[in-house]
Amino acid sequence: MRPFEDVVTDEGPVVWRVCRSLLGPADAEDAWSETFLAALRAYPGLPPGSNVRGWLTTIAYRKAIDVLRADARRPVPHAVPPEPPPALPPASATDHGELADALRRLPPKQQACVVLRHLADLPYDTIAGQLGISTAAARRNAADGLAALRRNPTLRPHPDLEPARP
Amino acid sequence: MTDLLEPTRSPDARLTAAQARRLHDRLVRVAAAEGLLEIAYRRIDSPVGSLLLAATPIGLVRVAFAAEDHDAVLHHLAQAVSPRILEAPAALDEVVAQLDDYFAGRRRSFELAVDLRLARGFRRAVLEQLPSIGYGHTASYADIAAAAGNPRAVRAVGTACARNPLPLVVPCHRVVRSDGTIGQYLGGTDAKQTLLALERAA
Repeated sequence: MRPFEDVVTDEGPVVWRVCRSLLGPADAEDAWSETFLAALRAYPGLPPGSNVRGWLTTIAYRKAIDVLRADARRPVPHAVPPEPPPALPPASATDHGELADALRRLPPKQQACVVLRHLADLPYDTIAGQLGISTAAARRNAADGLAALRRNPTLRPHPDLEPARP
Repeated sequence: MTDLLEPTRSPDARLTAAQARRLHDRLVRVAAAEGLLEIAYRRIDSPVGSLLLAATPIGLVRVAFAAEDHDAVLHHLAQAVSPRILEAPAALDEVVAQLDDYFAGRRRSFELAVDLRLARGFRRAVLEQLPSIGYGHTASYADIAAAAGNPRAVRAVGTACARNPLPLVVPCHRVVRSDGTIGQYLGGTDAKQTLLALERAA
């Protein structure tokens, strides 16, 4: 079993990407911290040969969802004032905040599969194992989620989007 | 990855080095408060090369020379003690302060909590004898074998010194051969010479 420090060094950036895909920077820091604290607690009991990245990014996804739910329960939705809209949105890039909004609106299974496949870069069989669903279901949910994002009018149209990697 | 999700990989969404450090510090703080930091470690430079220092909540558990391969030492600690290991320099501040004083000739013995769990049986009995060799003095492997209660175990004393988990702090460098030559050292014979010369001069 590797020293936990090595796990933090190796997986810190991908855990951040997962947290940040659904959350703003401050909330993402909370979710990142909660993820590694929970992981540190459970780490000695992790079965040998486990996929550490799959395990950690799934924790990260769940912690990000917890933070979103906690935010939703707060009487004042956001203490931070809304950002002013940019005068001219860049033609070539989708804003990160818009993407996070769109991801947040996906049905839970699609959201989980899109995040774990396309942000955490997990293979479908690992996602299936982590979520307790079949590999086919993981693949289908990721594809459906991505299709829903492509149809989302707040995201820039992509007539020539590549299909997701198998 | 599709370009639709590209913003999540844009520079403003990436974990910066400063952010990573801040998050790491926060993790160390919370882990320690929750009793989940089972080994804190730090690397320092010293007159005998780079040193790895590792402590459990009980005390200093390992001092390792570069020749021992710090990564290998940390992996061994993960198996032998706990994988709940984080780089937590502040937890070793007192150890570093005392080592600095020792290397500057201002300190003759260490007053540190130690965790000797990595040495058992006769090896531990040997290590417990070593602090009785005064600063600036030496003893032979045979002397220590006798003091540890087994005069014929000279070779085992050599092994115990060679596997001392706390070199410098537990002064195995003061154990030399009966013929006066300095003998082996886990930090290399040059390091042993340096330490003995330092103690003679101070």
